[in-house]
Amino acid sequence: MKDTVDSYVTEDGRTIGKVLMDMRNITLRFGGVEAIKDISFDIREGEIRAIIGPNGAGKSSMLNVISGFYNPQVGEVWFRGEKRPPMKPYQVARHGIARTFQNIALFEGMSVLDNVMTGRLRQMNTGLFAQALWWGKAQREETENREAVEKIIDFLEIQAIRKTPVGRLPYGLKKRVELARALAAEPDLLLLDEPMAGMNVEEKEDMSRYILDVNDEFGTTVALIEHDMGVVMDLSDRVVVMDYGRKIGDGTPDEVRGNQDVIDAYLGVQHD
Amino acid sequence: MTPATPSGAMLSIPALLARNVAQHGSKAAYREKEYGIWQSWTWADVAEETDALALGLLTLGAATGDHIAIVGRNRPALYWAMIAAQKIGCVPVPLYQDAAAEEIAYALDHCGARFAIAGDQEQVDKIADAREGLTTLEHVIYLDGRGLRKYDHSAMTSYAEVQAKGRASDLQGEMAERIAALDYDSTCVMLYTSGTTGRPKGVVLSNRNVIETSKNSAEFDHLKAGDEVLAYLPMAWVGDFIFSIGQAMWTGFCVNCPESEHTMMTDLREIGPTYYFAPPRVFEGQLTSVMIRMEDAGRVKRWLFDHFMDVARRAGPDLLDGKEVSFGDRLRYRLGNLLVFGPLKNTLGLSRVRVGYTAGEAIGPEIFDFYRALGINLKQLYGQTEATVFITQQPDGEVRSDTVGVPSPGVEIKIEDSGEVFYRSPGTFVEYYKNAESTASTKDPEGWVATGDAGFIEEGTGHLRIIDRAKDVGKLSDGGLFAPKYVENKLKFYPNILEAVVFGAGKDRCVAFINIDLTAVGNWAERNNIAYSSYQELSQHPKVLEAIEGHVNAVNASVAEDDMLSGCQIHRFLVLHKELDADDGEMTRTRKVRRAVIGDKFDDLITALYDGSSEVYTETEVTYEDGRKGKITATLDIRDAKVVAKREAAA
Repeated sequence: MKDTVDSYVTEDGRTIGKVLMDMRNITLRFGGVEAIKDISFDIREGEIRAIIGPNGAGKSSMLNVISGFYNPQVGEVWFRGEKRPPMKPYQVARHGIARTFQNIALFEGMSVLDNVMTGRLRQMNTGLFAQALWWGKAQREETENREAVEKIIDFLEIQAIRKTPVGRLPYGLKKRVELARALAAEPDLLLLDEPMAGMNVEEKEDMSRYILDVNDEFGTTVALIEHDMGVVMDLSDRVVVMDYGRKIGDGTPDEVRGNQDVIDAYLGVQHD
Repeated sequence: MTPATPSGAMLSIPALLARNVAQHGSKAAYREKEYGIWQSWTWADVAEETDALALGLLTLGAATGDHIAIVGRNRPALYWAMIAAQKIGCVPVPLYQDAAAEEIAYALDHCGARFAIAGDQEQVDKIADAREGLTTLEHVIYLDGRGLRKYDHSAMTSYAEVQAKGRASDLQGEMAERIAALDYDSTCVMLYTSGTTGRPKGVVLSNRNVIETSKNSAEFDHLKAGDEVLAYLPMAWVGDFIFSIGQAMWTGFCVNCPESEHTMMTDLREIGPTYYFAPPRVFEGQLTSVMIRMEDAGRVKRWLFDHFMDVARRAGPDLLDGKEVSFGDRLRYRLGNLLVFGPLKNTLGLSRVRVGYTAGEAIGPEIFDFYRALGINLKQLYGQTEATVFITQQPDGEVRSDTVGVPSPGVEIKIEDSGEVFYRSPGTFVEYYKNAESTASTKDPEGWVATGDAGFIEEGTGHLRIIDRAKDVGKLSDGGLFAPKYVENKLKFYPNILEAVVFGAGKDRCVAFINIDLTAVGNWAERNNIAYSSYQELSQHPKVLEAIEGHVNAVNASVAEDDMLSGCQIHRFLVLHKELDADDGEMTRTRKVRRAVIGDKFDDLITALYDGSSEVYTETEVTYEDGRKGKITATLDIRDAKVVAKREAAA
């Protein structure tokens, strides 16, 4: 139903815009293994879209297709109403897509600030030489970018660890720093790969708050993969459910919750 | 406006602000670290910002005498909110930012606030929770709009928007009239007491209270424009109001607000305040972390530290007091300053401290001497909300850890036969708001106020010494004096012990609850390869209990030396499985132990301590930060401590 309308309004009063990214009949194979089998769904501007499913369902592969890390053998990826040709991840990044990783991929020896600054690479244009001399335009550019980064540090409340090397931080904070780095790129579409994996309840609550706030404050579209059903149902506007590489459900959290296939996939069915 | 300084002409905070604009208009008045940079506002900026907010509040219909609640972390804009309220004849009521929703609801209801100014979403949420039962609250103004976009804005406006409305309005005349109407006896601020007993009470302080006290105390310590303070203590606490508004306005010094509560130590180092206040637990915490880091340091460093700290302990306090010190020690101290004390003070952010104060609780002599030895002029003061802070304070050169100093300028003190301390001063509060009964029972017609503390004036020096809360001082069943705090303080001076609660009034012997200090004990456990998964497990570890038992025995030995109090020795004790917490009502927001509440709540534990059992099973309800409740269960070991026999018996 929602695939055909131009926009819809969520229960909490946000207006969700037109389709930002459209995945059409994606099939992804690794040799003989079909990780994703003919899946289609869309992500709309301003929404929080979740992809859920049991282990090995193909969620991360799906995210990697969106981020351009994998090129599907079959199917088309449409972004902003245009068909996207096969791309390298850095090209995708230039199109305003940023992501975090399931296994934290930060520079452990660098400070939080420097890590977040790396998220601004796309906004830095001066050459190696100018930056080494740190003069004129390079200096101005760094000041501007630092300012943007400081706003994100403030937003995610990580001021106290600004100068701390990432390697010394606990897990929950590292995840937050990853989110900060992704946000520093000022993405239109933010991909979060299991942002809450391995967190305790309090850290999960914090992270949920930040995701909602990011979406609310910057209008960033968020696509996330998550195991924790409770979190997903509370956070997202629409949910895609995958199982064994197939899409078995798609809709609002309530619709998905009532879907028999989803219940079977999660709770298991008796084979007799 | 009179530019001169006689206090007679300066009858209100807005008047002082106007004077500061005239005298130091372009100097920094407030700073706040935001986005990694210290942002600053001059006195002229502050005047403009407060004008805008005051006018904005007028457009919302604020009437003379309205109470305006202010709740949030220390931020310049919230300090300005207090001044803005005063500019339109309203009464600012700062509330504790970590107070639970019910506590905020109580205060809002009690003072009948029509407006509330909240720092962020967290505070707005709490006010929204409280709002349902409130009829008086009309409008909420918020500072940080993050996360509030989707909220119903019919009775909610952002701070900046209110200011914009104010700037666009033509109510300057009205505001000027209201400022002119302020006199020395109009209310300056209303502060809720932390309430060790019962409901908090609203203490009304007049301009006279605040300005006279600020003037006297600023002169006592020669505070001046150009001094720097760090505002990090709760805005609802009277001390913060006096330091960050009263004295700042009187002297024109600069108030610095940290970036967040977690960056306080870094910000402290960056600002290097010249005038610094911290409760004993902050000094304790800093000392503990220094000691922990020294234990991890290399041998050479450790030797240097130990060696020069010995020199410092010998010579430092005397040097600070201007006493005679041998040439050799002077030289060694100089060298130590170069190698150890200087860098250490710099790390602590205390290099520039000219006047440092601690109060609120007794501070351990070792801790106190450590800072004095480093050359930091740390002193003690004794005060309370009802006195607009100052009752006694220590003059330079007469500083000791066991007294709280001589009466502050303008303060008279008398000790009743019961041992309770009374005072009368220009800072003596006007009244408890809507509570004539309590006002009358606390303040007699002649203006003497009961402190509720028992103490005595030391002969010879004229210094006041506090023993305990007057109502906590009791009798043991054999008639011996029972002063729990005296023993608790001795226990708390051990880094391993965070908090102790001693019971024994009306009984034949004393018993105690102990809270371990997770930082110190956790570090000790790590060092000794002791694995633990929770606070609870660590607290019950046999080795930990052994260490605590050692401390208790040592305290008993020291208590036994005092004939009057030797009956207060601890016979049995247990280590609590949870930290005492204000959220559970066991402590006040200023972290003072609520003896009666703890006694009721852990009744089963006290019974077990007295009936001789060797362990006790208990269930405790805990409240999480978001207000949800949970239950924790534990089996606690009970230990016997060594008690020193009474001297008469031994002799």
